[in-house]
Parts: sequence; C-alpha cells; structure tokens
Amino acid sequence: MSKATSSPTRSIAAHGVLILYTVIALFPVIVILINSFKNRQAIFRSPLSLPGPESFSLIGYQTVLKQGDFLLYFENSLIVTVVSIVLVLLFGAMAAFALSEYRFRGNTLMGLYLALGIMIPIRLGTVAILQLMVASGLVNTLTSLILVYTAQGLPLAVFILSEFMKQVSDDLKNAGRIDGLSEYRIFFRLVLPLVRPSMATVAVFTMIPIWNDLWFPLILAPAESTKTVTLGAQMFIGQFVTNWNAVLAALSLAILPVLILYLIFSRQLIRGITAGAVK
Amino acid sequence: MAEATGTSILELKAVTKKFGPVEVIRGIDLDVRQGEFIVFVGPSGCGKSTLLRIIAGLEDASAGEVWIAGQEVSSTPPANRGIAMVFQTYALYPHLSVRDNMRLGLKQAGTPAAEIDRRVEVASTMLSLDPYLKRFPAELSGGQRQRVAIGRAVVREPTLFLFDEPLSNLDAGLRVNTRLEIAQLHRRLNATMIYVTHDQVEAMTLADRIVVLSAGRIEQVGAPMELYNNPANEFVAGFIGSPKMNFIEGARLGDKAKTLGIRPEHLTVDPNSGAFKGTVVHAEHLGGDTNLYVETEKAGLITARLFGEYQAAPGATVHLTPLPGRMLRFDETGKTIGTM
Repeated sequence: MSKATSSPTRSIAAHGVLILYTVIALFPVIVILINSFKNRQAIFRSPLSLPGPESFSLIGYQTVLKQGDFLLYFENSLIVTVVSIVLVLLFGAMAAFALSEYRFRGNTLMGLYLALGIMIPIRLGTVAILQLMVASGLVNTLTSLILVYTAQGLPLAVFILSEFMKQVSDDLKNAGRIDGLSEYRIFFRLVLPLVRPSMATVAVFTMIPIWNDLWFPLILAPAESTKTVTLGAQMFIGQFVTNWNAVLAALSLAILPVLILYLIFSRQLIRGITAGAVK
Repeated sequence: MAEATGTSILELKAVTKKFGPVEVIRGIDLDVRQGEFIVFVGPSGCGKSTLLRIIAGLEDASAGEVWIAGQEVSSTPPANRGIAMVFQTYALYPHLSVRDNMRLGLKQAGTPAAEIDRRVEVASTMLSLDPYLKRFPAELSGGQRQRVAIGRAVVREPTLFLFDEPLSNLDAGLRVNTRLEIAQLHRRLNATMIYVTHDQVEAMTLADRIVVLSAGRIEQVGAPMELYNNPANEFVAGFIGSPKMNFIEGARLGDKAKTLGIRPEHLTVDPNSGAFKGTVVHAEHLGGDTNLYVETEKAGLITARLFGEYQAAPGATVHLTPLPGRMLRFDETGKTIGTM
C-alpha cells in the first residue's frame, strides 16, 4: 500500500511544523508558569531555568492568597464571563435566526446595523457608557460589566451565527412547522443543536477578551467587592516596585478557569460535528 | 380529458406569488378530487415547489385562495391544514429515534398515546420499518430515511399528502423501488396526493393527472397519455416523452405551421426509401431500444427511436418516415393546431 498522505517524510514534516508552532505559542505561558514557582532572585538571574531545590518558592501564591480577596476576584470574573457568554449566545442566536429565517422589510439593513459593532470598538463609547451607568446607578456592580460585555460580543455572534443558520436545512424547519412545533421549539430543538459547533466558536471568541479585559472593570467596577482577576492582579504592579512573584502567580491562576471553559466548549465542538444532521 | 369525480379536496383559485417584483406564480386555478394522484412537473424554476409550499402553508400566497376539504385555509397554520409533507432531504429530526420522529406530529396535536402507538405500528408494518424503530436517523441509509419520512406522513392520516421531490436524493435503483412503494401506498390508502418532480418519468408512472408548469403558469392538466398524445402546446410536447420530441421548422417542409413536431418513436427507419433521407451521426444501443441521431437533408438533426436492436453504423444512409397522423403542428405562439 503506497499512499501519498502517509509517507513518513511528509508526516514528520507536518508534525515538525505543528510542534514548532506549539512551542512558540506555549513558550510565554510556560515561562509564566515556571517563574511563578521561583523566588525573586531566581526569576531575574535565570528566567528560563526550571525551579530547582534552591530556587523553588511558593511565596508568590502565598502573597496572592493572603493579600486581597482573590477567591472573590475569581468568582467575579467567572460570573461576568459565564453570564455574558450565555447572554451573547442566546440573544445572538435568536437575532441570527430571525435575520436568516424571516423575510421582513429592512432585513438586510438590520443585519448591517447589527454587524456595525464589529467595526467600531465599544471602548470609543466609554464616556457615554460611564455616564449611562452612573445615571442608572449601576457603577460598581457586576451587572454593568455583564451588560457592556454582552453588547460587545453580540455583533460578531450575530454575524457568524446568521451565516451558519442559513445553512440549516429549510426542509427540517418546515417539517417542524407541519408537525405543529412552535417557532421557539423549532429554534431551540431543531436549529440550535445543528449550529452547536459555530456556537462553540463564538463562545471561545467572546470569552477570551472578556476574561482578559482590564479597561471596563477599571472604569465601571473598581470597587473591592466587584474586582475581576485582571484588575486584582494589577495591585501587585506598582509605580516603583512590582511584586513579580505575586503577579506571575496571579496570572498562572487566571489561566486555569479559562482553560477549563475552553475544554468544555471544544468538546461541544467535536460533539456538534459528529452528530447526524439532515443528510 | 379524464374528468375527476368525488369530493373536492384541494381547490386553488387564482393563486399568485410574488417575491418582491418577481412573479413566480401567475394565477393558478386547480381542482383536486378525493383519491387523485396529482403530479406537478416542470423545469427547475417553474414555481412547482413554491406552489406546493403555498398549499402547505409554508409560504403565503400574494393573492388568490387555497381551499382544503372545503375550508379556506389562507390563515390556517400548516399543522392545522390536515396535510402531511415528505421532503427531498428527508428532514428527519436528528435528535429523535425513528419511532419518536413518527410520533411527534400526533403528540403535538394532542392525540391519545394509545392511538399514536396504533398508528405508528400500522405505518411501520406497512413500510417495513419495524427493525429500525429504535434507531436514529444518522444510523439509517438514504432509502430507509425516506421511508421513515413517508411513515411520518402516513401516521398523521392527512386529507392531503404533499411530496416535494422525494426521490431526487436517492440513487437510481432505490428511486424505482421507492416510486413503486409510493404508488402502492396511494392505492392502499386511497389517499389524495400531490407530488412535485422535475422528472417526467416519475410524473408519467405515478400520476392520475399531471399538471405541467412553466414560468409560474399551468401549461396543461391531464392524464399522462393525454399529455403524450394530445399536448396543448410546444412546451408540453417537448417536456413529456424521452428522448425529446423532434421540432422542425414548418417552412423547411413546406407547411404553413410555424413548427412541426414528431416523437422519435413515431418515425420508421428504412435503408432504401422514406420521407427524409439522411446520414446516421450517432447510434445509442440500449438493448431494449436503439436511438439513432440522423442528420437529414430536409429536416436537420432528427432523433429516431427504434424498438429492439438495429444495426446502423455512423455514416450509414437511412430514410425516416413519420407515422401518419403523429406529426403535430404548432402556430407562432406554440399552440397545437392539429396533426398531419
């Protein structure tokens, strides 16, 4: 059997490229992780060496857990991220379904209007958003962050999902209508499961910027009780002295939840692909 | 024309449909009686699927009325029209088993569970689906899926069955089998069915009456043999029959009609004498019959269909003669004006 695709040279070359890319992509993460387990001198003397018996230290993690309420920060970040993703996916998918399924006056215009947010960064409106939040008494609440992030994530979600919704078989939706399913059941039971892979994509694209954002937590919710992880880690970066042990430890801890969420969505992605569809 | 009897199941009155400025259905009138098998046939884009969707209630008509079983249904949702539909892409619910696929419509309508079970059992026996009831659509072959889709329609016991090109996604062998099953189903249930296809063989073999559509208009309604023998116009004459009817300019043969038409099977072939002398360009040997493509001096390229085997190599000289009374004459508008 000679198959071009399984020739050893080819597969070695392909793996070589993939391994190289993985190393480059993981390098900064690894550096952060290994240095978070070292003492201060070791971080600066040899930043690339692994923690040894002399240089090993948990001082960073101890500082992080002692100073400030990091568990609360994590909780805040998780609440904001998860609730925002849920809202973005729900409303984004509903808007996408309406745009792709129903013919109504101004359909195209509405689609363009909703996609406008992809081109205009939401941060341009920060002043107005802050005024709005002050006026509605939402400053220093997680609600304010959730509202802003939902608005921020919707344009891309509507744009991507409406493309995928157009590909869902009309026959399937019509079969549901003839069997007497309501439009909501057609949407939730027939269409959503079929676009699950694209939902996972949208979820990942939405999640990372929200989790990493410093701007809006700093402006809208800087209070101790509403701090997010990224904002919390900032307190170790001072104007004159930076507690690198604590910063690295905080960042290492911040990777974990987002990694877990990513794993959940990527499994959904695979399950979505393997589910039997129309044909 | 074969006059239909029995009560009226479906009546279309001046139905039109516009998508923006484009008129896809231009005033359709049709009356379908109990137990009839009606086939909508026409080239792609002729509006046949749109018309079926309007009957099903999946599209609104721009104007006109749709009556099903004596009720004006323009504002009735699809589920309450007493119809069932079978789709080209099967459209089974991927998350439900075969049994639940068939049950769903009745469950939505609030039918008692015992009655649902009875109907599912009858349908699954009829379509030999018993071994597959617990499987999911992804675990079935194309032919099995289409049988499930037909079963899903049967359990609803509708007043009107709608089929939207149900055989188009099946391979040739399965298509013939499933066609046979649909024909038997029609006979057994004595149900009224409307069937959309672009395949004139399906139309000829299944239909009691064929509705030929072109550019949103009905060209002719009639029994298969009526359309074959007495097509109302050039379009129907060319659409029904395979290989296609030969069209010859009337002027070339010294006739006053704009166009003359002769079916390939209505020509006799003789090596020595006949009306049109010509040279064989290509011969197709199908076993059961032979198609000859002949470049004639008087009438241009003509297809002739001979039954059985006929030895004619390209380049051979043959003479073609139309059977008397089988040549159709069409006027400038394409209307049939007689035979010769």
